[in-house]
Amino acid sequence: MKPPPFQYHDPKTVAEAVSLLGSLDNAKLLAGGQSLMPMLNMRFVLPDHVIDLNRVEGLSGIKEAGGVLEIGAMTRQRDIEFSDLVKTKCPLLHQAIMQIGHRQTRNRGTIGGSLCHLDPAAELPSVAAAHDATIVVAGPNGQREIKFANFPVAFMTPSIELNEMVTAIRFPLWSANHKAAFVEFSRRHGDFAIVSAAVLLEQDGGGKISRASVTIGGVAVAPVRATAVEQAITGQVASVDLFRTACESCRTIEALADVHASADYRQHLAAVLSRRALERATGLGSQAAVH
Amino acid sequence: MEEQRTIAVTVNGKKHSNEVPVRLTLADYLRTVLKLTGTHLGCEHGVCGACTILLDGQSARSCLMLAVQADGHEIMTVEGIAPSADKLHPLQEAFRDNHGLQCGFCTPGMLTTLIEFLRDNPDPTEQEVRIAISGNLCRCTGYQGIVNAALDAAKRMKSAPA
Repeated sequence: MKPPPFQYHDPKTVAEAVSLLGSLDNAKLLAGGQSLMPMLNMRFVLPDHVIDLNRVEGLSGIKEAGGVLEIGAMTRQRDIEFSDLVKTKCPLLHQAIMQIGHRQTRNRGTIGGSLCHLDPAAELPSVAAAHDATIVVAGPNGQREIKFANFPVAFMTPSIELNEMVTAIRFPLWSANHKAAFVEFSRRHGDFAIVSAAVLLEQDGGGKISRASVTIGGVAVAPVRATAVEQAITGQVASVDLFRTACESCRTIEALADVHASADYRQHLAAVLSRRALERATGLGSQAAVH
Repeated sequence: MEEQRTIAVTVNGKKHSNEVPVRLTLADYLRTVLKLTGTHLGCEHGVCGACTILLDGQSARSCLMLAVQADGHEIMTVEGIAPSADKLHPLQEAFRDNHGLQCGFCTPGMLTTLIEFLRDNPDPTEQEVRIAISGNLCRCTGYQGIVNAALDAAKRMKSAPA
């Protein structure tokens, strides 16, 4: 058998899951299993207890209230992909989902699982950063909320305690006619991105940008908001030249180097992909095909 | 002592009940307990797609699920695709006629993936087929025969639904 020995728990309620987390040592939560299961099969992780969240009631669903889209932590990526609500109200999330893995992995993978796994190259943390999402967490003392900006604390480490679990993600929605684009560079379709760019824009009637959010994924341990780009384009009329000049600042983002790409190359991709994302969102430029 | 659980799973329409170690993957359950060795194991960490099965009609990698997680669910494996022992499914016929397989290792995963895909998208473009099978690795065919088979199968299934 590939996975190491562990005790298996399948709680039916959040309260039960939280109580198990509080009483068991060296426990891992199993969500969609598309990251934890490979790590178990390769024995990169050796938990004494696996707490399976797949039979917990009330953790999945997509709803909108008061300008906020709330998605349950165990909502499958597939259900987000096919949600009309997501497609119309939160197009950035829809575009990002289409670039995650493959049909077989999106059928199982969950939004909460991806955010807690917090792979630096993953798409969903970038969307959460772009939208200034709020992470809803349940623990022994009830519920608390964490701004996504404070959620990543280190490499693949979210700021939740060992006795806490994520129950939902709240995305504050942008205006009905906002523009969005998610572009990434990866070696093959469905691979993790080497670098990705997520863009949200609001424009006034004359094409002037009134609000901008630009997020770069894959360059650092967590998604980085390119605030210099956001500031440079806000208040300006969208144009290819404006985007080209503004995105040059991405070349100074502190970048990781690993077997997939050097830091220099990641900075180059950050500048190119942020420009392409802005062009795609506004319908400007060549909009060269990127995956 | 290794923790065991009794699970009840419907596989290809047949009900099974077995006591299994909780750490047994669904793929190993199908292959070693039920002896349904049509489901192939390539990488065993969710990359190659050979172990793809349908869980309640949706494709999933059976190496990335525990057998205990399938308790109460319905599974379809490659053995459940053909309508009878002496008749192939139109998708299987299209694979045979278009050189959609050579060594056959990836074929179970290709077929299960395409069963779901062609059900949801009965009239696909070539590009859509290529994206649909992007999670299934084939080292023999260069994919061209598989893509042709999928497009041919779509035509056959429209004229004579299985």
